Amino acid sequence: MSKLRYERPVIQKMNAGLMNKFGTRTEYEPVKQIDGVSVASMIKEYGSPLFVMSERTIRKTYKDAVRAFKTRYPKVQFAWSYKTNYINAICNVFHQEGSWAEVVSGFEYNKALGNGVPGNKIIFNGPEKTNEELLLAIKNDSLIHIDHFDELYQLIEICEQTEKKPRVAIRVNMDTGVYPIWDRFGFNYENGSAWNALTKIVASGKLQLTGLHCHIGTYMLSSDAYSVAVNKLSDLAFKCKSQLNVTIQYLDLGGGFPSSNTLRGAYLPASDTNPSIDDFAEAITNAILNAGFRTDELPLLVLETGRALIDEAGYLLGSVLANKRLSDGRRATIMDFGVNILFTSFWYEHKISPAQDFTHHTEDMVLYGPLCMNIDMVRESVNLPLLNRGDQVVVHRVGAYNMTQWMQFIQMRPNVVLIDESGKTHLIRKAEDLKYIEQLEEMPQHLSSISL
Amino acid sequence: MQLRKNIATSESGFIFNPATGDSFSANPLASEIITLLKQGLSASEIKKNIQEKYDVENGQLEKDWDDFLLQLRDANLLDN
Repeated sequence: MSKLRYERPVIQKMNAGLMNKFGTRTEYEPVKQIDGVSVASMIKEYGSPLFVMSERTIRKTYKDAVRAFKTRYPKVQFAWSYKTNYINAICNVFHQEGSWAEVVSGFEYNKALGNGVPGNKIIFNGPEKTNEELLLAIKNDSLIHIDHFDELYQLIEICEQTEKKPRVAIRVNMDTGVYPIWDRFGFNYENGSAWNALTKIVASGKLQLTGLHCHIGTYMLSSDAYSVAVNKLSDLAFKCKSQLNVTIQYLDLGGGFPSSNTLRGAYLPASDTNPSIDDFAEAITNAILNAGFRTDELPLLVLETGRALIDEAGYLLGSVLANKRLSDGRRATIMDFGVNILFTSFWYEHKISPAQDFTHHTEDMVLYGPLCMNIDMVRESVNLPLLNRGDQVVVHRVGAYNMTQWMQFIQMRPNVVLIDESGKTHLIRKAEDLKYIEQLEEMPQHLSSISL
Repeated sequence: MQLRKNIATSESGFIFNPATGDSFSANPLASEIITLLKQGLSASEIKKNIQEKYDVENGQLEKDWDDFLLQLRDANLLDN
C-alpha cells in the first residue's frame, strides 16, 4: 500500500477580531508555469535563483500603453527608460515596438547606440554629462535635456567650438501638489529659474530650443498631478512662442507611473489604489488638448515610462534553503535570493507564489535572503504554504530596476532568461562567475604570494 | 513531554486551551499527533507511527518534530 502524502505538522493561533477586513488573499495557488514554460524545468536548466522575462507580456503591456495614449492624442512617442532595465535584449523588444531610447548617462547612451538606436532618437537626460558625451550627442543630433545652469554653460562653451546647433530641452521641476517636490533635478518653474534658462538658451544663439521636459516623481498615485505638470509646461511653451518666438515641438512628461506592486506599509493592495495607464493618459492628453495649442501646433507628447511597462513582465524564481523558528515563535524561511538581486524588496511587498501544489494550510513567516547580513529580508511577514527545503517559489513583478540596481554582494548575479512569444527560452544575461568578478582586479607584486 | 490535561481538541483540528482562552487550528498531521499524545503514546511511538503511514524521510520528520514541539511550547500547550 502506498504511503500518504506528508505535510509537516503545524498549528496556528486563531485571532478573532484582528483579521484584515479587506480579506487579503493568501498565496497558496501554485504558479507552475510562465507563458507555458514550466518553472521546474527552467530552474533545472538555468539554475536557481533565476530571473525570467516574458516577451509576450512586455509587448502586450507596451501596446496597451501606446493604445491608451494614441486613441486620445494624435502625436505620441514613447522612449524606453534604460535605467529601468538595460539588458540589451529587453531594450530591443521596446525598440522593435517603436520606442526611442531615454538615457541618463554616457554608459547608457553608448548602450543605446550599440543597440542600433539612431542618435536622433535618443533622449539624453540626467545631471552628469561629460564634454566627450555631449560632443557625441551633438554629433548624433540627439535630444539633450539640460539639468542645471552649469550644464547649460558647459554646452554653450562646447558649441562655440563646433558648427552644430544641438537640439535641447530643459528639465523643469514644479509644485504639482505631490510632496516632496522633486526639485533636485532641472530648473524650478515657480521661482523663475526655468524661464531664465529658456531665455538664456535662446539668447545664446548656439542651441535649438526644441522641447520641455519634466519628471514629477516616481510611483505616482495621482493622475491629477500630471494635469498640473502639463499646464505649467504649456504655460512655458506659450511664453516661448510669444516672447522668444520659438515653437516648442514636444512636451516630455517623463515617467513615474506605478506598476501593480504593493508598496511596503500600504494598507490596501496596489490593484485597489493605483491609477491605471488609461487614467494617466486621460489626465495628460486632456490637459494638453485643453491648454490652448493651435491644432497644427500641437506638441509631440513624449513619455519615458519605465516601471509600468516592464515590472509585470519580470519574475524571479527561487528555492527554499532552510526553515527555522525565531526566538519569538515566528517562522523564518531562508530563500536563495535576497536584497542583493531583489533590490525592490526594499520598496515593495512582492507577491510570492509557491511553484508546486500544497494544501490550504499556511503559515505566517519572515522571508529572508541568503546573505550573511541583517538587512537581507525579502518579506517581513507573509502568509505562505508549508514550504520545505528545496521547494520553489515565483516572485512576481520584478522586471523594473532589479536587473539594473542589483548588487554583486556576497553572492553573484544569476542568469536572466527571456521567454519569447513562441514559448522558447533564451539566455539573455549569463550568471556571473569568479573570473568575471575578478577580471578588473590587479594584484600588486608584493602581495601576490602568501604563506600561512 | 505531555500535553496539558485540560486541552480540548476536535477531530477537525480545532484546539482550545481553557486556561488561557486561546484557540488554534491544526493541520491534519498536527491534529493526529495531538490525538496520539492525548492517548499517552510516547514521542518515539508517534514518530514510528507517522513513518509507517506517511511518505517522509527520517531526517525531515526529526526536524519537523522538533519544530512542532517549539510550536506547542510557544502556544503554551505543553505541561512542563
